[in-house]
Amino acid sequence: MSDDAGLAVQTDGLTKRFGQQVAVDAIGLAVPRGAVYGFLGPNGSGKTTTIRMLLGLVEPTAGTRSLLGLPMPERSGEALHRVGSLVEGPAFHPYLSGRSNLARLDAADIRADPRTAGRRIDAALDRVGLLAAAKKRYRAYSLGMRQRLAIAAALLAPRDLLVLDEPTNGLDPQGTREVRTLIGSLASDGTTVLVSSHLLAEVEQICSHLGVMREGRLVAQGTVSEVRGGGPAVVRVRTRQPEAAAVVLSELGVEQVRTAGGEVHGIPGALEPEKIVAALVHAGVGVQGFSVSTASLEDLFVALTGEGFDVSG
Amino acid sequence: MSAAEAGVVTGRRAVATTRPRWSTRLLRSELRLIAGRRRNQMGLLVLASVPIVMAIAVKVSEPEQGRGPDFLSSITSNGLFVPLAALGVEIGMFLPLAIAMLAGDAVAGEANIGTLRYLLTVPVHRTRLLAVKYASLCIGAVVGVMAVALPGAVIGIALFGTGPLTTLSGSQIGPGTAVWRLVLVMLYLASGLAGLAAVGLFISTLTEQPIAASIALLIFTILSWILDAVPQLGWLHPWLIVHEWMAFGDLLRDPIAWESVLRGLFINGAYAVVFWLAAWARFSSKDITS
Repeated sequence: MSDDAGLAVQTDGLTKRFGQQVAVDAIGLAVPRGAVYGFLGPNGSGKTTTIRMLLGLVEPTAGTRSLLGLPMPERSGEALHRVGSLVEGPAFHPYLSGRSNLARLDAADIRADPRTAGRRIDAALDRVGLLAAAKKRYRAYSLGMRQRLAIAAALLAPRDLLVLDEPTNGLDPQGTREVRTLIGSLASDGTTVLVSSHLLAEVEQICSHLGVMREGRLVAQGTVSEVRGGGPAVVRVRTRQPEAAAVVLSELGVEQVRTAGGEVHGIPGALEPEKIVAALVHAGVGVQGFSVSTASLEDLFVALTGEGFDVSG
Repeated sequence: MSAAEAGVVTGRRAVATTRPRWSTRLLRSELRLIAGRRRNQMGLLVLASVPIVMAIAVKVSEPEQGRGPDFLSSITSNGLFVPLAALGVEIGMFLPLAIAMLAGDAVAGEANIGTLRYLLTVPVHRTRLLAVKYASLCIGAVVGVMAVALPGAVIGIALFGTGPLTTLSGSQIGPGTAVWRLVLVMLYLASGLAGLAAVGLFISTLTEQPIAASIALLIFTILSWILDAVPQLGWLHPWLIVHEWMAFGDLLRDPIAWESVLRGLFINGAYAVVFWLAAWARFSSKDITS
């Protein structure tokens, strides 16, 4: 089946302008099947608009998009049925119970089998740990429970792709960990997951691929190691004499030498680490610890997105 | 690939998924949603209370001849005039108000609380969603008319009985025929409300504020009544949706005077088609950013 080959999400030159403002600027997403794709970027960088275009809620100004190999919006009916989504937070009827809300969404799906609806709804509620609160009205749910119900809605039918926009918003640390575990277990079943977040730490542990947005542009994309490989190695020296160590490093030609507490770090470039240690010892600097690492994903994220976690645009 | 292998390969999805097919599940869900809402239940009670209040008031004090709404003075002769009088009173404002509330919820309400985006990503085709929403509004129109007519008929018959019904032409028709005439009146008024509902649905696609949509439709209705009452605007009257609504009295003549009623049906239908298409044109290409 050609439908099932290749990329789960593919966009080419996808652009959205709202009046004069360019919200999404010619991005080419490529999410391989089976990947857990972390879609990162500060608030306002165009992630949600991109997701809305993928799901057919917003019509792109230019560009093409396909889900699971099916072009959108031409074959959206077929494609979207296989896609579970969470877009910009949960939204349900406040005076209906959690279960009734899911039943309504299932009733709306002409491809869903009504005979299995009850079982599937209970299974979805169970998977997010909401079965005990299924009969409570949605308005009585806490923010965390609402978020879980939205994830349950995305799991009502077997999905080949999950698009989760900020799935851990409003969850406590325990809930965040549970969602991460859930995403991990779904991915291990073979479901492709596109998870967006403005908090890198939430997704970095579970992602196989990353895409980083900045001001409407996709500034980096690839496997985690590919994206990480784009950053330079960093040498870190822990010592009681940071000033002396900083002088030695600078003399060796290490760039961007910084001192922070009892640690000095810099970018060694082509310099061999052994030579740095030898030079430090030779200069009489007591080395307590020494490491060479590629930039942390956090550093890289800040480097790529510039303003860090501030709202852009 | 053998049949057994095909079963294994597609087995996972076969449990939950069937081919897309025609189904009334969404419509039924929509009706449950409308019926389950406390505000709508209260609205039905208000609609039903008017004929009851009217019947009791007439029973307690017989009205002077020639005053009050058309059928009020006839109530004592036949209980079926209670629902007719109540419909005549409520078609002016209460019934359009009920439609306005439902129409406001239909699209703007779902957009307001964000459920619209989740319905569309289920996925529900936008045309289908709009068709289901409109169908539920039409059913709402019928239920609204019934909420006035049925309690009215029950209390009217209980208090005043059912003799032969004196038509507006002066002749008498039997009780069986009279009931059929009442049903015709109900259907005619429901068709008017269905035409109005299409206007409401269109307005509902323009905003994310359900109250704003409801108020806009109410203003539309009131404005139509006002324009209809200005004689200098006679050229406009045939095109106002409310213009022929009061012609439902013609269904109580003997024989029935069809001319105005048919004109009314045509205008109601024209409003329904034109505004449903306008709603579709707007909604099918709208960016859902709520």
